[in-house]
Amino acid sequence: MIPLAMVQALAAQGTQMFLVLLLAPLLVGYVRFVKARLQRRRGPSVLQPYRDLLRLLRKEVVLPDTSSWVFRAAPYAICSFTWVAAALVPTFATNLLFSWSGDLIAIIALLGTARFLQALAALDAGTGFGGLGSSREVMIASLAEPALTMLVFAVALIAGTTQLSAIAAAVLAPDLGLRVSMALALIGFVIVAIAENARIPVDNPASHLELTMVHEAMVLEYSGRYLAMMDLAAALKLLMYASLIACVFCPWGLAPARSGLIHYAIGMAAWGGKMLVAGTALAVFETITAKMRVFRVPDFLGIALMLGLLGTLLLFVSRSL
Amino acid sequence: MTQPTLVLACIATLLLLAAGAAFGARAPKATPLVYGACATISLVAFGAALAGGDGTMVLPIGLPWLGAHIRIDRLAATFLALINLGAVGASVYAIGYGRHEHAPARVLPFFPAFLAGMNLVVIADDAYTFLFGWEVMSLASWALVMADGRSADSRRAGIVYLIMATFSALTLLLAFGLLAAQHGGYAFADIRAGTLPPWQAGLVLVLALIGAGSKAGLIPLHAWLPLAHPAAPSHVSALMSGVMTKVAVYAFIRIVFDLLGPASWWWAVPVLTAGGTAAVLGVLHALMERDLKRLLAYSTIENIGIVFIGVGLALAFRANAMPDAAALALTAALFHAFNHMLFKSVLFFGAGSVLVATGERNIERLGGLIRVMPVSAACVLVACMAISALPPLNGFASEWLTFQTILVSPQLPQWGLRLLVPTVGTMLALAAALAAACFVRAYGIAWLGRPRSPCVAGAQEADRWSIAAMAVFAALCLLTGLFPGLVIDALSAAVRQIVAGRLPAQAGLPWLSIVPVADRSSSYDALTVFLFVVGAAVMGSMLVHRLGTRTVRRARTWDCGYPDLGPTTQYTAASYAQPIRRVFGPLLFGSSETVQMPPPGDLSPARIRKHIHDRAWETLYEPLCKAVLATAELFNRFQFLTIRRYLSFVFLALVGLLLALTIWQ
Repeated sequence: MIPLAMVQALAAQGTQMFLVLLLAPLLVGYVRFVKARLQRRRGPSVLQPYRDLLRLLRKEVVLPDTSSWVFRAAPYAICSFTWVAAALVPTFATNLLFSWSGDLIAIIALLGTARFLQALAALDAGTGFGGLGSSREVMIASLAEPALTMLVFAVALIAGTTQLSAIAAAVLAPDLGLRVSMALALIGFVIVAIAENARIPVDNPASHLELTMVHEAMVLEYSGRYLAMMDLAAALKLLMYASLIACVFCPWGLAPARSGLIHYAIGMAAWGGKMLVAGTALAVFETITAKMRVFRVPDFLGIALMLGLLGTLLLFVSRSL
Repeated sequence: MTQPTLVLACIATLLLLAAGAAFGARAPKATPLVYGACATISLVAFGAALAGGDGTMVLPIGLPWLGAHIRIDRLAATFLALINLGAVGASVYAIGYGRHEHAPARVLPFFPAFLAGMNLVVIADDAYTFLFGWEVMSLASWALVMADGRSADSRRAGIVYLIMATFSALTLLLAFGLLAAQHGGYAFADIRAGTLPPWQAGLVLVLALIGAGSKAGLIPLHAWLPLAHPAAPSHVSALMSGVMTKVAVYAFIRIVFDLLGPASWWWAVPVLTAGGTAAVLGVLHALMERDLKRLLAYSTIENIGIVFIGVGLALAFRANAMPDAAALALTAALFHAFNHMLFKSVLFFGAGSVLVATGERNIERLGGLIRVMPVSAACVLVACMAISALPPLNGFASEWLTFQTILVSPQLPQWGLRLLVPTVGTMLALAAALAAACFVRAYGIAWLGRPRSPCVAGAQEADRWSIAAMAVFAALCLLTGLFPGLVIDALSAAVRQIVAGRLPAQAGLPWLSIVPVADRSSSYDALTVFLFVVGAAVMGSMLVHRLGTRTVRRARTWDCGYPDLGPTTQYTAASYAQPIRRVFGPLLFGSSETVQMPPPGDLSPARIRKHIHDRAWETLYEPLCKAVLATAELFNRFQFLTIRRYLSFVFLALVGLLLALTIWQ
């Protein structure tokens, strides 16, 4: 006899897994839509990313003749690592069945694996642009990843655990109060999320100008279904970071364990609302900000690293800061 | 046969083998015979280490009043297993690789002696036997570094290594001298019985840190390591990097945790600082390096830094009577030491195969090896991912444990540690991220892309023995990554012996997940994550093939509309590291770039030069060398005096001595 709670958790996990996959392109489409409106353009429909994905899936793949199996295997691996990471972040409910299999550090490391493979795949065809994108990506990552780890430390020290569902519960607890370190962590998280998702001011997702490309330079040789997988992975990553920030800093509405259907509905609605807010904020921020030079990015990420270190230091000094 | 007898028998056989190889190295089939025998003996010793059961022995050899004390406790058994597993891998690899050796007589006799020395250090139970084993290990490995003694590089590596090894042995000798002075006995049992006054204990700690740290490659005592490890044949490089540095870690743990008695909290400070510095600077040096084997040697410094961070945290918790937290820290350190042995061996094996296939160690001249050496490429890729601490492989499991250790350290009462630990945590996170960058670069430039020089064209896949060794170790990287709980449980006996604490038993946990701290709910389950990823990838590819098309067309590389550019337009290793060099270089290496641009109309090429300084070498070693040389010059004058002068010196010395004696009384 399988207990009811487990069935519920399994259902929540399964729903979440497919929900993030289905909705990831929608968030990308929404951000593009809002950006277009802010720039006084009509812009494509919010469903355009789905159409792009389907179009790419149906097209033949043009494979560079200098590439190896790494180039062909990487899109699937990158997409599935990102997908699993996104599936482990509580979006509408905290009682995901497999949430214990990866804590926050592991989720970040899963994204690290995806990035490692992406940077390798970019080098595989042996082109100048691939190397350029890959080299810049690892430079950004080598600062963003430690920053994120320190920010996770700060959050984990407050919550007393690195488990995301437990962190959400700890943030919801009434005795948390207003924390300095939490505020520092929020700013740091946003900076890292912008850098990791190749958004303005670190990278421009709409640009194919060689001086500024990072992410786009890495996927330059990809076409057809491989490009679709890469785009889907990027969309999943954006949704994952938005959900992660929502889950850690704004966990209100998350359906707790052993809750009824109504709680799940509330959780879904709350998540949808949070994603709308996050998407709008991102679009507004990208519209009012200019892209920075590549060598200013370390300063930008250095801020996140220092915020993370400061937040952690404060918590080592006193648990109540 | 009891366990110590068996291990001693193995050591004796290895020494006999070394003697035999000295005479018969030129015989046909000597290479496979010697390495095959080494592999078998190491396998037996590995089995003996796993079999369990403590034992002690006293042999009537060595110093007449002391004898040779032998003891295998849980800590020794753990390191015996690590050493001999690494030795099995290196020996099997060398059965194939050794055939390409130019002068087997310069390698074969010393290889078994090297293995014997490392084993002896670990089972020694008195200071004399310990140092004897230590010196056998150092000298045998020095001889192996000098195996290719014709090149100026390896001669320089040899002399630097010899000096540093002597220095390391000297500091350990002083440390043991201080330890033994209390009770007068050199047996470890006598040393344990005494307690030192605090300042002497602190001195022993510093001496042990310098002695073991210089062998392990802690910065700034690392100068010899990136010279010596790459100079040796590749299977020996794997042993030196993967195994011998762990013997140094063992020496530090044995002296500081076992022999030295109760710890004070400040001991953790130098250990943590040294570990954090080594982790960050080691990997940054590796990022700048273009010699494949030197790159791996620098990365060893980084990993040893991570191990020492774990050891330092264990020391801090132990001093504050927090045994369970200390157990977590020490488990993380030992686990990482074991993991590093696995993946660094594969990486050095891979570098050796590249060297055999292309004759090239400079990654700027490699590229596209994955097409000619597909199996080696796959094994090395696994090892690169493991060393970059990526899930679901083993490097991540041990770093995850280290991170969890840092998260329990706000409970430490001392302010110094509370401020130091988060800083060290940042260094650890930085090192992990930079390691990923370093190995994307190393793998992407050497194995992927297009060949950068003709040397790749004639390359062939490595032989079966080499591939077998690489494949098995790469598989072990995956297995220990998927089932970290089993390794943690296997380490628990050694950890409990040293810090008297333990982690919750992991084997009984559902789904083989690991939960390092019982009262926190942090858990990690590599197996589930791995199955999830595999499932998602299979499902994704099936879905994509069903929804879309499967057609593939091979075409010329697009490259943004510039096809048919030569392989020289690819990113090089130097250009790949340029952004990171620009971020960290000016501060840490005093790096700079100068551009020489020819005037307009001049057809000569523009040149860009980069300058990197090894600050440790320039600020510490060069002044030291100069001082030694100057002193030697000074004393050199005494060599060319007249006999009258010598006689007057003797007379003056006699008078001085008599005067001193009179005043003394």
